Amino acid sequence: MKHLIIVVFLIFTTHFSFSQIDTSKVKRTPTDTAKMQLNLDAVYNRPFLQYGKIPVAIGGYAEANTQYAVTDGVTDGFSFQMRRMTLFLSSSIHRKIKFLTEIEFEDGTKEINIEFAALDFQFHHLLNFRGGIIMNPIGAFNQNHDGPRWEFVDRPISATQLLPSTLSNVGFGFYGKVYKPNIVWAYELYLTNGLNDNIIGNAENKTFLPATKLDPNRFEESFNGEPLTSAKTSFRFRKVGELGLSYMGGVYNKFQEDGLVLDKKRRADVIAIDFNTTIPKANTTITTEFAWTFVDVPDTYTQQFGKKQHGGFIDIVQPIIKKKMFGFEKASFNAAVRAEYVDWNVGTFKETGGNIADEIFAIVPAISFRTSPQTVIRLNYRYEWQKDLLGNPAARTGAIQLGVSSYF
Amino acid sequence: MKKTLLTVVVLLLVVIGCKKIMPPTPKDDELLDGPVEGLSTAETQQFLKGDVAFNDDIFTPQNGLGPIFVANSCGSCHAGDGKGHPFTTLTRFGQIDSTGNQYLSLGAPQLQNRAIPGYTPETLPSGVGFSKILPPANTGLGFLDAVSDADLIAMSDPTDADADGISGVPNWVNVPSYCQLRANAISQGGKYIGRFGKKGAAYDLLQQTANAYNQDMGINTSFEPYDTYSKLEVDPEVTNTTVHNVVFYLKTLKAPIQRNQNDNEVQSGKQVFMSIGCEKCHKAELKTGTSSIAALSNKTFSPYTDLLLHNMGSSLDDNYTEGSAKTYEWKTPALWGLGLSKNSQGGNYFLMHDGRAQSIESAILMHGGEGQQSNTNYQNLSESEKQKLIKFLESL
Repeated sequence: MKHLIIVVFLIFTTHFSFSQIDTSKVKRTPTDTAKMQLNLDAVYNRPFLQYGKIPVAIGGYAEANTQYAVTDGVTDGFSFQMRRMTLFLSSSIHRKIKFLTEIEFEDGTKEINIEFAALDFQFHHLLNFRGGIIMNPIGAFNQNHDGPRWEFVDRPISATQLLPSTLSNVGFGFYGKVYKPNIVWAYELYLTNGLNDNIIGNAENKTFLPATKLDPNRFEESFNGEPLTSAKTSFRFRKVGELGLSYMGGVYNKFQEDGLVLDKKRRADVIAIDFNTTIPKANTTITTEFAWTFVDVPDTYTQQFGKKQHGGFIDIVQPIIKKKMFGFEKASFNAAVRAEYVDWNVGTFKETGGNIADEIFAIVPAISFRTSPQTVIRLNYRYEWQKDLLGNPAARTGAIQLGVSSYF
Repeated sequence: MKKTLLTVVVLLLVVIGCKKIMPPTPKDDELLDGPVEGLSTAETQQFLKGDVAFNDDIFTPQNGLGPIFVANSCGSCHAGDGKGHPFTTLTRFGQIDSTGNQYLSLGAPQLQNRAIPGYTPETLPSGVGFSKILPPANTGLGFLDAVSDADLIAMSDPTDADADGISGVPNWVNVPSYCQLRANAISQGGKYIGRFGKKGAAYDLLQQTANAYNQDMGINTSFEPYDTYSKLEVDPEVTNTTVHNVVFYLKTLKAPIQRNQNDNEVQSGKQVFMSIGCEKCHKAELKTGTSSIAALSNKTFSPYTDLLLHNMGSSLDDNYTEGSAKTYEWKTPALWGLGLSKNSQGGNYFLMHDGRAQSIESAILMHGGEGQQSNTNYQNLSESEKQKLIKFLESL
């Protein structure tokens, strides 16, 4: 990890040193990041800076915000948060071999993660081999999560607290695309290191797939020797939008150790469907994703940990004004709204037959000002209702969030 | 352009300035949690530490849960510090008289009906008597703890000397060595008055808390160091400081505040409550003695309990007991907070010791033994009087 940071630092230093000498040689590879292509492409569809003919390009994004949140009348006051700063580094090793890495600093330096670090070999547009630290393509948000692309300060709850947002694991696999005049079809299929039993033993007190990220050894060895399978297929119909279907599943428990059987193999499986489109003329963008998880929790364990979960979100973004504003050539002013819902425990109590709640619903109206597609200032108002396991009166939280996010 | 900007700025100011868009604080009388008034700063800090340990400490296989258990956090059983839900009902078994529990080698007194992966939970030995016990509300426990033994003895009437059909008795229990006896504690045959738990078998909140860590969650403390699964003495899994903070939190949770006290129907309902004899056991007023926590010293409060055991009749006899209580005897439960029970029980009532009553009326109708006369008196009330009584009980 330290080595990577040093490498990134050196490249930055080099970049700025060159800049002092001849800025004309620094080339920006612009990308209209607000216009989503296939979610699969998002990892490379980012703005990078490149110096001259050096085959290495660098980029990144940062996002920060302030928020004032109140839960049932109780507030901790204002907080200013540096949510994350992410650095990208890409290299064309060969015309058909690419390397890209993404290193993320969350909450200052509280968490430093390699989110992506993979080599891609293109044998055919339908057969690309990818190996390294891979982002498991479950849902769309996991692949397409860069802060500047979104009008909302918070990531969707279903993407962070149901699905493990930015879950990455070491592994290998294939992806490919086929272009036809009115449709693009893509697939991805990977085998990686898998999940672990943190998902049913964690401080969240619920079945929580993101807790699998707490295993510090997951980039070094598999928790249980069983690979995690991730697969996704996407269709983009040119006049309709992109539809994605994804699956991720594997054994999460340590079922044997030193050759001795400890338990049966217990699986966690996730399916997700995602869709995004832009309505012509109005330019209204709709992005939605819904996921279902199925976890083999032992019957003799506590019902606190659900066997089924589901949740999702829908974002609607409407550009209101799109013209030069305040000297920014491609500025836009947008209105947006997100509705989101997660039920972490779908089922009924054995003892009473009553519904197990443990669910949240939130609505987030927002306005945003984009100085360019790569930079956004956003103001959100979040209101959420969260019910505990028993379905007692919901805890209500209101929050005002003002944030900025930009590629650099 | 200027108009647009102005609109945006105005909108921002409206959004940021308007407190009404934030969820309001519920009224104090709508919540069971929160500290008693009058704590010092140091006491408030200890209350907050206890609050975190009680509500936020989640036990997992990695930090000591089980391996056999009933719940994995204190808050799982006492949501919002209120009454529990059948999901976390405890099952106790193996004792039918004051000679003690005969099934300790088979996992008694408490069934750990859940287990971490790879382990098998306990099952009830065949034919054994058992009680299911719904987790109680935690509120106002410090006040109940601070009532003097002398006051409890004064309320008891073991031989029904006044011939009113009510003969409350204390539960005389052995006190663990780690508990500190109360000032002026009264003893009988080397045993002392228990006052916590459905049978009143726990002497104080330290015993109640250490037992809950051990028996409910499989978490060992220096106070209760024997693992429920291996039966071996093991290292503490939480510190003494944490246990003491939780005890302090439980002691200093406020007493529930009655709602609509001035409502005519509520007041009439209280009169009905008194007239049909409920108050003979569900005492409307108790007083605390001197407490090390100034906020609890010498206070008059309204728990609607006498903390004594009463014969509740054969239909509530589970063939299980604790301490010196008979199998048909139950400690009078405090009625304060009754109207807020639904808010911690998922929108339904689960009343009586095992949650078998799903309405206040059905709970009244389940009273037998010493409570039978009040039950009969209730049935003889007019519909209007019944409604007033229920309204009063819901205001508590």
